[in-house]
Amino acid sequence: MRRVAAASFGLLVFLFAATAGAVQPDEMLKDPALEARARALSEQIRCLVCQNESIDDSEASLAHDLRVLIRKQIKEGRTNAQIRTFLVQRYGTFVLLKPPFRASTLVLWLGPLVVLLAGAAGMALYFRSRKREAAPADALSPKELARVERLLRGGDGPA
Amino acid sequence: MKRLVFLVPLVVFICLAAYLGYGLTRDSRILPSTLINKPAPNFDLPALIPGGAGLKTADLKGHVSLVNVFASWCVPCRAEHPIWATVAAEAKVPIYGINWKDKREQATAWLKEMGNPYTRIGYDPDNKAGVEWGVYGAPETYVIDRKGRVRYKVVGPVFEQTFNEKILPLIRQLRKES
Repeated sequence: MRRVAAASFGLLVFLFAATAGAVQPDEMLKDPALEARARALSEQIRCLVCQNESIDDSEASLAHDLRVLIRKQIKEGRTNAQIRTFLVQRYGTFVLLKPPFRASTLVLWLGPLVVLLAGAAGMALYFRSRKREAAPADALSPKELARVERLLRGGDGPA
Repeated sequence: MKRLVFLVPLVVFICLAAYLGYGLTRDSRILPSTLINKPAPNFDLPALIPGGAGLKTADLKGHVSLVNVFASWCVPCRAEHPIWATVAAEAKVPIYGINWKDKREQATAWLKEMGNPYTRIGYDPDNKAGVEWGVYGAPETYVIDRKGRVRYKVVGPVFEQTFNEKILPLIRQLRKES
């Protein structure tokens, strides 16, 4: 019993530690499940005043308005996708912290992969050409190999 | 030919530098409006000044107009404010105000002090219309055409240069459109 109490206390501490956003108590929804959904959703929405903060983190008044708006729409039974679309229609795709995958963001999404592949291809080409160049210089002729064998066995002198 | 391979990193670097350099010339705080060339959003605001005219979507149809989002707490609004009196007189377009996230007493006192160039002022203390317009700061100014479509948006204060070079020519052009 005691252990359960301690564990639930621990969980409570953990939960409160996790809710260190800018959300004010009076903004929160009564239903914890809906509130959790609102939190998760607002973490993906950019605060257009602070730009690199989500509205969940931002203290800006506009962020407050949008947090309240998201909660109101959740209460009205709208889905996350519907709320996101609502915000994008009004504020543009920049309002999403994670940019959508489309033609105008191709470079953004695929750029790193292209650079990685180009680098890998460059490295492969480089090593292959080095091997080819290095091989003739390093390789010993059968005659030289025979001499190495002899030297290793303790023999000496030119062939 | 083989030597040219060594130029590849240089070429890649120049392309990347040009691309990123172009990015630096753009102000990331200014976001494109999603409303450009679309009808003004649906909104209906009560009048800021008791007995005065409020502002709603239907008020924007039938003529060229400007919509200006302002607030008494907004310092750049104070800076741009004198231009609206000039505009009202010279450009002969109605200027509609959206008083955004403000308090009525403070806003009316501010207008008394600064002068009131607005034909209609909608009172939007809780950002109801602001969300519909995608307002993310004050001041913002929109140019509306005869059909009630948003044709241009200025984020931040409008000064003489922006007005003369961008807004006024656009107003003249929009007047010619039927």
